[in-house]
Amino acid sequence: MVKCTECDAEIKVPSDSLVGEIVTCSDCGASYELIKVEEGFSIKPAQVVGEDWGQ
Amino acid sequence: MTEEKRSSSLSILFDSIRWEEKALYEAAKKRGIKINNIDCKSLFIDLNGRDPSPYTNKVIIQRCVGYFKSIHSTAALEGLGAHVINSLRTATLCGNKLFAHMELQKAGVKTPKAVSAFSQESAIAAISSLGYPAVIKPTIGSWGRLIALLRDEDASKAVIEDREHMFPLYQVYYFEELVSRPPRDIRAIVIGDRVVAAIYRYSGPGEWKTNMALGGHAETCPLTNELEDTCLKATRVMDGQVVGVDLMESEEHGLIVHEINNTTEFKNTVRVTGVDIPGLIVDFSYKLGK
Repeated sequence: MVKCTECDAEIKVPSDSLVGEIVTCSDCGASYELIKVEEGFSIKPAQVVGEDWGQ
Repeated sequence: MTEEKRSSSLSILFDSIRWEEKALYEAAKKRGIKINNIDCKSLFIDLNGRDPSPYTNKVIIQRCVGYFKSIHSTAALEGLGAHVINSLRTATLCGNKLFAHMELQKAGVKTPKAVSAFSQESAIAAISSLGYPAVIKPTIGSWGRLIALLRDEDASKAVIEDREHMFPLYQVYYFEELVSRPPRDIRAIVIGDRVVAAIYRYSGPGEWKTNMALGGHAETCPLTNELEDTCLKATRVMDGQVVGVDLMESEEHGLIVHEINNTTEFKNTVRVTGVDIPGLIVDFSYKLGK
């Protein structure tokens, strides 16, 4: 479990999550990328779209 | 490279783990295949040749969603001996609408009529030669961004004037005919020499573009001989290994190919058709390493 930095809601991180995976806050919709920390996962704001993204 | 022994593991190169990348990882894990997730954002590559390099004979599934990261990392890794799916040639051709158009038309694969121009003035003349309505597309771009429907010269002038203030890439003008078709297109997934699944993508409400990113919906599309033949021919032209072929059902010309995606998304195709596309991609990629 991590806290959304936008709205402070709790974001569930499933046990099979991968570093680099995108998680979304179900309360406010903010997207985060999972990063590895000693005690499990933390989050940083995710880039959700880039000018050259897609397919 | 086929004569040499490749690695029995697989790597996925990503810049963001979306549904597709996670599904590939899970499919490999389920098969007991060693899988390395490589975050492109953490990667640095020594470009100076060593033989063997750390990438020699590695099979790498290229999944970077950012075009520029994808094409440059593919160039580096392929140059160091990796087998990247898809290759630099495929990525270069598929990633640029003008390049792709030229390859398709040379090979006789039906594709929308198009004109190109390289200045504001010649762009207006180019659209007039094609006829209105026409569609302006950036040569590089996805998800329907910066694609506009031009119904007359006033609209064209306004859009082109905007483009003149953008990065020079946007002053390479590429226009396509507006194809008369049902309000849908087709996304077909090709793996190796097989079309494994296809969906119809319907435009969202009030939208003429069919990109799923713009709110459209999808339904299963039957795999007809015509669809399979067209997709496989288009894939071979690009030397594609795992691609998403986008087609329109032209009222005048039948199936025409308007795009080939070298880092194709397939979440909606799996959801709608139930075909295990990630599993098939992993099986195909793993075999390349044997």
